[in-house]
Amino acid sequence: MASAPSKLYQDDVSLVVALLDTNPFFWAAASLPFSEFLHHVIPFINSLLLLNQLNRVVLIATGTSSCGYIFDSGDGNASGNSNAVCSGIIKKLEDFVGKDSKIGKGSNGDGTRPAISSLLSGSLSLALCYIQRIFRSGTRHPQPRILCLQGSPDGPEQYVAVMNSIFSAQRLMIPIDSCIVGAQHSAFLQQASYITGGVYLKPQQLDGLFQFLAAVFATDLHSRNFLRLPKPAGVDFRASCFCHKKTIDMGYVCSVCLSIFCKYHKKCSTCGSEFNQAAPDSTIPDQKH
Amino acid sequence: MAVISVATRYKTTVKEPGVPGVLKMNEERFVFVPNDPRSLMKLNVEFKNIKGHKFSKDGSKQALLNLTQDPEKGTGYIFEFDNFTDRNSCRDFVGRVLGKLQSVPGRPNEQSVPEKSAGAPLPEQLSAIEMERRIKLLREDSELLRLHKQFVLSGVLTESEFWATRKTLLGEDTTRMTKQRPGFKSAMLADVRPSADGRTNKVTFSLTPEIIQQIFAEKPAVHRAFLNLVPSKMSEKDFWTKYCRAEYLNRTRNAVVAAAEAAEDEELAVFLKHDDILANEARRKIRRVDPTLDMEADEGDDYIHLPDHGILRDAQKDTAETETEVSRRTLSQDLNRHAAVVLEGRALDVELGDTRTVAEALAWSKQELLSKEKSEENVNLEKQEKVARMTELEDLQAPRNPQYASLCIKDPREYFDSQQANALRALGGTEFGTNSLDLNLSKEEVYRHLKEQISEAKSRGLRNPIIRPDTALKVFSGLSQHLSSTRFQLGKNSQESALDRIPHRTKDDLMHHWTSIQELLRHFWSSYPITTAGLYNKVQRVKDAMGQIYQKLQEIKESSQSDFRHQVSLLVQPMLQALDAAFAHYDSEQQKRTAKSGAKPNGFVR
Repeated sequence: MASAPSKLYQDDVSLVVALLDTNPFFWAAASLPFSEFLHHVIPFINSLLLLNQLNRVVLIATGTSSCGYIFDSGDGNASGNSNAVCSGIIKKLEDFVGKDSKIGKGSNGDGTRPAISSLLSGSLSLALCYIQRIFRSGTRHPQPRILCLQGSPDGPEQYVAVMNSIFSAQRLMIPIDSCIVGAQHSAFLQQASYITGGVYLKPQQLDGLFQFLAAVFATDLHSRNFLRLPKPAGVDFRASCFCHKKTIDMGYVCSVCLSIFCKYHKKCSTCGSEFNQAAPDSTIPDQKH
Repeated sequence: MAVISVATRYKTTVKEPGVPGVLKMNEERFVFVPNDPRSLMKLNVEFKNIKGHKFSKDGSKQALLNLTQDPEKGTGYIFEFDNFTDRNSCRDFVGRVLGKLQSVPGRPNEQSVPEKSAGAPLPEQLSAIEMERRIKLLREDSELLRLHKQFVLSGVLTESEFWATRKTLLGEDTTRMTKQRPGFKSAMLADVRPSADGRTNKVTFSLTPEIIQQIFAEKPAVHRAFLNLVPSKMSEKDFWTKYCRAEYLNRTRNAVVAAAEAAEDEELAVFLKHDDILANEARRKIRRVDPTLDMEADEGDDYIHLPDHGILRDAQKDTAETETEVSRRTLSQDLNRHAAVVLEGRALDVELGDTRTVAEALAWSKQELLSKEKSEENVNLEKQEKVARMTELEDLQAPRNPQYASLCIKDPREYFDSQQANALRALGGTEFGTNSLDLNLSKEEVYRHLKEQISEAKSRGLRNPIIRPDTALKVFSGLSQHLSSTRFQLGKNSQESALDRIPHRTKDDLMHHWTSIQELLRHFWSSYPITTAGLYNKVQRVKDAMGQIYQKLQEIKESSQSDFRHQVSLLVQPMLQALDAAFAHYDSEQQKRTAKSGAKPNGFVR
C-alpha cells in the first residue's frame, strides 16, 4: 500500500522501522540463538541500506519492560562502513538490555512470575511516533513501513494497545510486515498485517532467515504492486475478552466503548456504563478456542 | 390456437361403455361430437367451467381422462381413449390450458367465485396505473426486463406470478411522484383594474379564481368578510360587486362620495376601512422581534404607517382628509404586502374552483399558524433571557467559573491486569520454544544469557558467507512453491474476487444464470405443497426451465478453459447443488403421490 501521493519522495525509497524482539525469556529457550539471529538481521539491514542511497532504517528493540531506539541510519554520523554499523548496533543493544534488566528488577521483585511477552505495543507506538515525525518534517519523505521481528507469544493484556497502534498505522497507511521467528503464530501480528496490507510470514527454516528477509521483506512498497508475495491462508481474527483475557469467538460488546466480555455483565468495567436490559435466559454456546 | 382432436368415448360414469365420438379441444373450449348423429350426447363446454382434470394411471385397464367441474363431488366429463398416448397428449393439453386459465386471476378470492357462477375465473383486471408502473419498472431495470422476457414471454411463469413477489417494487413507485407546487405569481393580481368602456358608462372588473385567491391572501379583512357574509347574507356575485365598487371608489379621487356611500352601506364600509387584521399581525410580528438583533422591524412597517408619507396609487395627492375613515394605501405598502404573501408561499393544495372552499381552506391554514404561534411561550421566555443577557455589560460582572466535570482516569491495572494468572494459564503460556528449562530460569540468569549472546556476536563479527548456498536454495524453492500454490487460493487478503478473474462473457453468463435460478427456485419452492392443478402445472413448467438451465451450466463448466476451470466449477457448484435439491424434492414428491394414489380403487390419479 503506498502512502499518500503528496508525501512521495521517489518511487522506491523506503524507510523501514524494524522492531527487534529482545525478550530474554524467549531467546533463552529459542531454537535459534540470539547471536545467530543478529547474524541474519544485521546484514539484512546493511542490504536495505544498499538498495537505495536514500533508504533509511531504524531499529527499535522490544524488551520486557521497556523499548528503545537502537539504530538510526539517518543520523548525522555517516556510518558507511558495515562493520561500524554492526558494532554500533551491538553496543547499543548491550546497553539497552542492561537498562531493561534494571527496570525489570525494579518493578517485580520476585522472579516467580516472569513476564513472558515482550512490549509489542510500546515498540509499535515508538515506531509510529518516529514515522509521524518524519511526515511532519517536510513534503518529501521516503515511504515508511514497519517490520516486526517477533518471537515471543502475544500478551493478551496488550490487546487494546496493539489494536490501537494497528488502527493508527492503518490510518497513516503504513504497512506492518511481520516475520515470526518464534514457535507459534501471533494473532495480533496476523491481524496487523492483514488490516494494514503488509506481509505476514513465519519462515520454516530459521537458518535461512536472511534469505527470507531479503527475498520477502526487502521489497519496497512501490514494487509490491507487481511482485507476488506470500499470503497467509487465513487470518485469526479472534479478540481476547477484557475480563479473563481469553481469546473468544462469541461474546458481549459494550455499546459505549466497544469492550469485549465473554460473560454478561451488569456494568462495563472499562467505561462504567450500565446495561439496563435483563440478562438473556439462555447461555451462549461454549466458546471454541 | 392449438387444437387437438382425438377419437374417444364419452361416458358419465366409469362403468358404462360410453358413446364413441370425436373430442376436439382448443384453448377456450372443448367440443364432443358423437359418431352417431342421432345421439344427444353432444358437448360444448368452455374450459372456464372446468376446475381440474383427473386421469388414470398409465398401464391401467382404461385410459381415462376426467374433466372435473366440481372437485368435491367428482362429477365431470369422462373420456375414454383408445391408447395412453392419445390420452396423455390430451391430458397435457388440458393441463396447460387449465394452468393458464387458473393462474391468470391469481387472487385469493378465487374460491368464492365458483359458488356463485359455475366456476368462471375472471381474468385479472389490471388498472392502467398498474400496467404503467410495471412497464416503467421494466424499462428502468434491464435485469428485470431480461428475466421477464426469459420467463414470462416464454410461458414458464405467468405475469401475476412474476409480479407477485415484486409488490414492494410496484408499491414504492407512487411515493416518487411528488408534485412541485407552483407558487403565487409575482404580479400583483390582487390589484384589480377595471376596463372602462368608453361609450357606455360601464366599468368591468374581471376576477379569475387565481385573482380571488390572491385577494384573500393579501387582504385578510376581505377574507373575513367573505367568510362571514357569503352565502348567508349575500351571494358571491353581490359580494364581489361591492368589492369592485369599493375598489373603484378608491381609485377615483372622490373621497367624499366614498365616505358617503360607506356610511350607507356597511358592507361596503368593510372594504374601505383599514384592514385591522393586518394591523394586528404586524403588531404581533414586531413584538416577536428580538430587540437586540433586528434593527429593521420598526413602526414604519405596514399599517402603522405615518400619514403624509408615501406615494399613493395612480399618483394621487393625498388631500389630507383624515376625518374620513377611508383608507388610502401607499404604493410601498401594497408592494410589501404582496411580497410578504408571495414569500410565505402557497399553503393550499386546493383546486381553484369553488371560491367558498378556497376561502375556507385559507382560513384553516391560518388557524393552524395561529395555534402554532400560541405555543411559543417558552420561546418568548428564552428571548427575554437572551435580551437580559445581551444588555449587561461584561466588564462590570463578577467572574463566572465554568463548570466542568473532573477528569477521571481509571486505573488501567484494574481492568487489564486483573486475573493475569488466569489468562496466562488459559493461554497455555508454557508454549515457548523447544526447551523446557525456561520457566525454571530466574530473571537474572535469563538476562545474563542474553548478554552473553550479544557479546559473542560482537566478538565473532559478521560471518562470511552470511548464509550457506544450499540453505538459500532451499528457502527459494520453498517460497516459490508456496507462492505458486497460493495462486489459486482465495485468501481474504486478495483484492480481487474469483469473478473478476474469469473472462467477461463467462462471468455475465454465470450471473445471469444465477438470477434466473433464484427466480425459478423461489417460484418452485413456494408452490409446495401442491394442492391444486394450477400449482402442479406451474411446478412442471418451472422444473422444465430449471432443467434447461442445468444443462447450460454443465456445458459452461465443461467448456471453460483449463486456467479457470477450477474457479468456474467452484462458482457453479452451489447453483448445481440448489437445482439438485429442487429436483430431488420434486422426485420424492412425485413418488409419494404415485404411492398414495395406488390405494385408490378406481385407478384415478390426481
